[in-house]
Amino acid sequence: MSSYSLRGLHWFQALSAGAKMLEGLPPSLRVADAELGGKAARFIAVVADPHNRFPRARNGEVGLLEGWGLASAVDELIAADQDKPCKRAVIAIVDVPSQAYGRREEALGIHQALAGAADSYARARLAGHAVIGLLVGKAMSGAFLAHGYQANRLIALRDPGVMVHAMGKASAARVTLRSVEELETLAASVPPMAYDIDSYASLGLLWETLSVEQIERPTANDVARVTECLGLAVADVAGGIRDLSSRLGATNREASSKVRQLLRAQW
Amino acid sequence: MTDLTTLANSCSLVELGARQRAQALLDTGTFRELLDPFQRVMSPWLARQGVVPQADDGVVIAKGLLNGLPVVIAAIEGAFQGGSLGEVGGAKMAGALELAAEDNRNGVPTRAVLLLETGGVRLQEANLGLAAIADIHAAIVDLQQYQPVVGVVAGSVGCFGGMSIAAGLCSYLVVTREARLGLNGPQVIEQEAGLEEYDSRDRPFIWSLTGGEQRFASGLADRYVADDVVQIQQHISELLQQGLPARRRSQQAALFLHRLAQLDTEPQIEPATVRDLYRGERS
Repeated sequence: MSSYSLRGLHWFQALSAGAKMLEGLPPSLRVADAELGGKAARFIAVVADPHNRFPRARNGEVGLLEGWGLASAVDELIAADQDKPCKRAVIAIVDVPSQAYGRREEALGIHQALAGAADSYARARLAGHAVIGLLVGKAMSGAFLAHGYQANRLIALRDPGVMVHAMGKASAARVTLRSVEELETLAASVPPMAYDIDSYASLGLLWETLSVEQIERPTANDVARVTECLGLAVADVAGGIRDLSSRLGATNREASSKVRQLLRAQW
Repeated sequence: MTDLTTLANSCSLVELGARQRAQALLDTGTFRELLDPFQRVMSPWLARQGVVPQADDGVVIAKGLLNGLPVVIAAIEGAFQGGSLGEVGGAKMAGALELAAEDNRNGVPTRAVLLLETGGVRLQEANLGLAAIADIHAAIVDLQQYQPVVGVVAGSVGCFGGMSIAAGLCSYLVVTREARLGLNGPQVIEQEAGLEEYDSRDRPFIWSLTGGEQRFASGLADRYVADDVVQIQQHISELLQQGLPARRRSQQAALFLHRLAQLDTEPQIEPATVRDLYRGERS
């Protein structure tokens, strides 16, 4: 058992099925163009690199190299498809435990590296690429903002190990001056504070959730199901709006819609 | 000799609240607040956790003119819950930026100015704060298809978490000596990585790495300004007049990867190393 998750790597390998990897990127990134529903799509994963030059980013965290590397992988795609009527889809396979926490990271502007990634994903979406986030593991905080959260559609696998959150429990408890137990009690009754994927789904941010047989090592059935779902998501995006408004509308996110209505009326 | 007249006439931005900051930066008589506190659109999540909500949820949205240019200002109130973004405040900021982009698509050249005093996601509304910040990122990128977005980190809260990424997406960034800009708050880094990696109580150390002066000297901010309303307004105005940069900082992946490749990552890092690495070719 390794100390880091291999889900992202395994799903990347299964979905991109031996396609040639894009070169010149940091070793912690896996990027390949493979077929999805008869069309080419770019699959991107951030994976653990135990030899990462940055010691605080060796367990799959999104750090400086990962942020800028994601940006350059997506930029390359935008440029290559610039004059093509049919833009390749981008599938962000999300299994990111956190952003990298370290002195080197802060000093060298990890916020700027993550902005680079978010910027590229957002520009890909605005340029007409279907951007799909596939959550197979953790999707935490800044790491998720940089890798996945700018997607047109988010799909999550149903599993206790798939979770979205703003901060790990120990740190969240410290910052909000609570004990971890108090935090867990609150999380059980306040949907946006919960760590589980069902509570997250109730916020309306997911397009689809899917159950699979073996989330750690996907079976052929799993790959077929997920591939089909990704294809449907890409088709759902095609020719439609390019913003993130499809995430609005859930009861547990009612205020987000109400605020926008009021702003528009007063604008 | 200290110029006493200048000193007597200068007015600190840092000492002002979010609403006063927006008022101070806009041309006299043009400030118009949207969703003001009297409309009491408050967080639906705080009261049930025993936290007193605020009538504007800590975000002020104001339209007006800045040196004659139409702008929308989104100002975060650092004094309310550490400037954290919850569902309502986050939606106010995202929604305002979305409408500014829509203005431009309809031929109205609205620009945006973001006054960023924030710890990032409000943990009491965790995933809704995070989702709102993703919306804010999306809207900042969208608006920059047409007009610049100027971020201002004046202090004293600084700009952290997902909102530091928002700062990184801006066309231009203005900082003061009081400003700090970083992804992870010092406490959290200490919690996650240990005291030796990051001592959250060592304030000079933290400013030396993430303070406004260091960010400017490393090319991670565009203007380093005194804490003075008139000067800050002048700089914002100049940047708005410049229009969009040829390439904003968040579009320079190749350059930053190239620089990071030059760095020896073995020893722990010093502020001077960052300045040399990022500004070497210019200094």
